[in-house]
Amino acid sequence: MTQALLREIIDYANRANPYPLYEELRKTPVSHDGTGPYVVSTYYEIHSLLHDPRISSDSRNLKATGDDPLGESADDEGAALPPSFLKLDPPDHDRLRRMTNRPFGPPHTPHRVHDMRDELHGLVDGLIDGIATSGDLDRVDLVDQFAYPFPVTVICRLLGVPHEDEPRFHVWAETLAASLDPDPDADPAQRGKGTTDARMELGMYLAGLIEERRKNPGDDMLSQLATADGPDGAMTTMEALSTSALLLIAGHETTVNLITNGMLTLLRHPDVLQRLREEPGLSVPIVEELLRYEPPVQLLPQRTTLSDIEVAGVAIPKGASLWLVLASGNRDPKRFENPDRFDPDRKDIQHLGLGSGIHSCFGAPLARQEAQLALSELARRLVNPRLLEDPPPYRQNAVLRGPRHLPIACDGVLPKAA
Amino acid sequence: MTGERTRDGSLEQLKREGRIVVVGASLAGLRAAETMRDKGFTGSLTMIGDEPYEPYDRPPLSKQVLLGNAVADHTALPRRRAIDADWRLGVPATGLDMAARTVRLGNGDEVEYDRLLIATGVRARPWPNPEEAELEGVFVLRTRDDGEGLQRALAAGPRRVLVIGAGFTGSEIASACRERGLNVTVAERGEAPLVGALGAVIGRVAAEMHREHDVDLRTGVMVTALEGDPAGRVRAAHLSDGSSVEADVVVVSLGAQRNTEWLAGSGLGAGPRGIACDAGCRAFDVRGIVTDDIFVAGDVARSPHALFGYQFLSLEHWGNAVAQADTAAHNMLSESADRRPHLWVPAFWSSQFGVNIKSVGVPPMGTEIIVTQGSLSERRFAAVYGYQGRVIAAVTFDNCRWLPFYEHQIESTAPFPPPYSTVDRRPEGNKPVPADFPDPSVPTHGPTITLSGYSPADRKMTFTPGR
Ligand SMILES: Cc1cc2nc3c(=O)[nH]c(=O)nc-3n(C[C@H](O)[C@H](O)[C@H](O)COP(=O)(O)OP(=O)(O)OC[C@H]3O[C@@H](n4cnc5c(N)ncnc54)[C@H](O)[C@@H]3O)c2cc1C
Ligand code: HEM
Repeated sequence: MTQALLREIIDYANRANPYPLYEELRKTPVSHDGTGPYVVSTYYEIHSLLHDPRISSDSRNLKATGDDPLGESADDEGAALPPSFLKLDPPDHDRLRRMTNRPFGPPHTPHRVHDMRDELHGLVDGLIDGIATSGDLDRVDLVDQFAYPFPVTVICRLLGVPHEDEPRFHVWAETLAASLDPDPDADPAQRGKGTTDARMELGMYLAGLIEERRKNPGDDMLSQLATADGPDGAMTTMEALSTSALLLIAGHETTVNLITNGMLTLLRHPDVLQRLREEPGLSVPIVEELLRYEPPVQLLPQRTTLSDIEVAGVAIPKGASLWLVLASGNRDPKRFENPDRFDPDRKDIQHLGLGSGIHSCFGAPLARQEAQLALSELARRLVNPRLLEDPPPYRQNAVLRGPRHLPIACDGVLPKAA
Repeated sequence: MTGERTRDGSLEQLKREGRIVVVGASLAGLRAAETMRDKGFTGSLTMIGDEPYEPYDRPPLSKQVLLGNAVADHTALPRRRAIDADWRLGVPATGLDMAARTVRLGNGDEVEYDRLLIATGVRARPWPNPEEAELEGVFVLRTRDDGEGLQRALAAGPRRVLVIGAGFTGSEIASACRERGLNVTVAERGEAPLVGALGAVIGRVAAEMHREHDVDLRTGVMVTALEGDPAGRVRAAHLSDGSSVEADVVVVSLGAQRNTEWLAGSGLGAGPRGIACDAGCRAFDVRGIVTDDIFVAGDVARSPHALFGYQFLSLEHWGNAVAQADTAAHNMLSESADRRPHLWVPAFWSSQFGVNIKSVGVPPMGTEIIVTQGSLSERRFAAVYGYQGRVIAAVTFDNCRWLPFYEHQIESTAPFPPPYSTVDRRPEGNKPVPADFPDPSVPTHGPTITLSGYSPADRKMTFTPGR
């Protein structure tokens, strides 16, 4: 039963609307059969596992893996780099995350994200101007023309990648993202090689940049990671490398999906879109509700038990693989009233969209700011936008779920704010 | 709702036009008032407070305020909603007539009530010698005025500050002084800072924190006398070990006394240990009979807790004041069958020397302790207290994200020592050691209560009779 349900969830045919399947899944809060993972689908169980020290994010603690319904595609970082803190447990996780946070957020750098606001605004303005000058407003792809290029550029600026190198970054990011989203018709060997090459090149490039910044530090994050003099010292080149690769990978596809899921949802709820147009501040609750209603990370497939534990009456043995289905927990009627309703006026909105506990999204303040700006400006400037395909074509990926293209038409593009 | 089943409609009438009086206009009083209005209480609400200020928050007084980062008059508590109350500020309540249902005020007024909430909290225990306590430069820290005065004294750049007592507040004060670059001596009667609250195993970690930050920490000593100069300014303190400390600011941080004197002779079960109430926040009278119109919440309350052998717990915790106020307010406006027990699991936080300390449960009940995550020497850890084979409390230093897990362990009376492994388990986490409390208060054998369920709607209490 479970296995069949899991297969259905992974089945591309259900990508556009997995929510009825999640509802089915929640009838068994922890489901398991045979050799597959233990799948946890209800809010309170997921939330408590995210705060449970008997759960590891380090896949080295996994016993014989059994069936992984996601196959190898879940391995998004490659073996070339040491594991990033996403896949480490304390104390290494805490140390690396602390060091990464030092040049990024409070208490040491409380202004970084806020100070990027003008720069982000400029990027958003430029991309929407690009839509205006592309000529063809009868068919605009909000993924390729807007959502895709935006977050990569943001990460480049955050890390301090020289502007002239940004185009190369876009190519690598695209190749890596494609590897997360295998085109079933492409030759796997060819694809694998492209990915390995892209990883190598990205790694070499970053290593060079880190060495350079060690000698001539600036106030970008990479310089500060490589030269920090805090209580934990500076990162080694390998650590800085895997951390910046993590920022790129974790902050890219997710943000693309949040923006496109957001526009898709707004176009399906024209009343909310109209309110946002009149009141840009509404983007704040809209983004929170989106992270609940259409979370870009649908499930966390990397957790392992360090002990025998019991969850919702189900005994899970040590070394088992756990899937935490965040998107299902977000629609749990035991936690949220009318969970299937998109309602930006919701007061009680502690969603799981950015995780929870020690691995909760590191880039959250940045991701929120990016999405808020993008959605409020798209709403304000696109005149009478309409969906051309509903549902739009989705990417293969069931974990980082989102549209591959979001074709819309509009009647015009208003000028950017003065 | 059972409200509609009301036998004689008196509850509806109370909600519509009753008179509710709150004595103690601080955290618990304000939160209760807000909850009552939220629940549709439209009658008259009187807030009586002896301080001249609208409700303000105390935790910043020993933290941001002492650093000069937040002015004390900016610590007003955020308002969750308008409460439309008759505020009687700057006037103490001086007496209670339970039969006539009136509260007497210091200015001679009398206020009648249908329901009374007492939330008069605690005050700082003063220096026992009144003459010495009057010396200029001697402070306690409980109120906004205390905080402002102490902040000014620290800003004036004293040569040395002496803090008497190294509980949470005393330790936070010492930490703030060091952050301001002031010389500070801490005198503590126990073996280490925080021993009373967290035991000596953790106290020794706290002691290292003091010393590492160049606090002159003297443990196992008592201050026996304060000495003033001819102008009436404090100059030095004499210690039980024969030494003396020259200091121009002395902060007396010796714990708290309950504000219950105004109830003397009223017939209410109030005394130096607080006001005893049942799990539903209803006050007991001196005969041990529970009243039905007088409720208690916050630091002044003493209430039995199902999870901890029905011991009467007095908790000077911010979160307890908020939760208990909420329960009291709910129960004040409910039929008996709709009343809720105050089942809040004690939780406390403190920040000192750059470290965030949090605890859940009742650490002083613990007889043993085990470090389940991290290590004491790195000062980043989670440790669990055990009592009679169950988990009774937990403490974290810079590791608070795990606390909800341990809270659940306490609620479900999970076994101690924990039979499972965790992330970041170190060799010191293999064996429990004595928690080393100076004077463990040992509850009697009793029935066990476990809480289960996460959402308020699902929460269940399971009763297992005593062995
Ligand atoms: C410096 C400091 C730091 C703290 N830090 C923390 C912390 O980090 N974490 C934490 O959990 N807790 C902390 N606390 C404790 C927390 O502030 C208290 O638990 C909380 O204030 C309790 O609220 P309450 O309303 O019960 O009592 P109180 O805040 O004490 O309020 C009682 C009020 O009643 C008034 N009153 C007394 N008698 C009368 C009378 N007869 N008539 C009229 N009014 C009267 C009092 O003047 C006072 O205004 C701290 C406390 C202090 C002083
Ligand atoms: C809307 C966009 C985003 C979503 C939905 C999202 C979601 C998540 C989630 C669910 C996790 C938890 C993973 C786990 O528990 O295993 C996570 C972790 C993480 N995210 Fe994000 N993320 C977003 C954007 C970003 C951005 C922009 C960055 C970088 C700047 C970023 C960096 C990270 C990092 C580094 C982690 C690992 C944290 C850790 O292991 O401690 N994310 N994110």
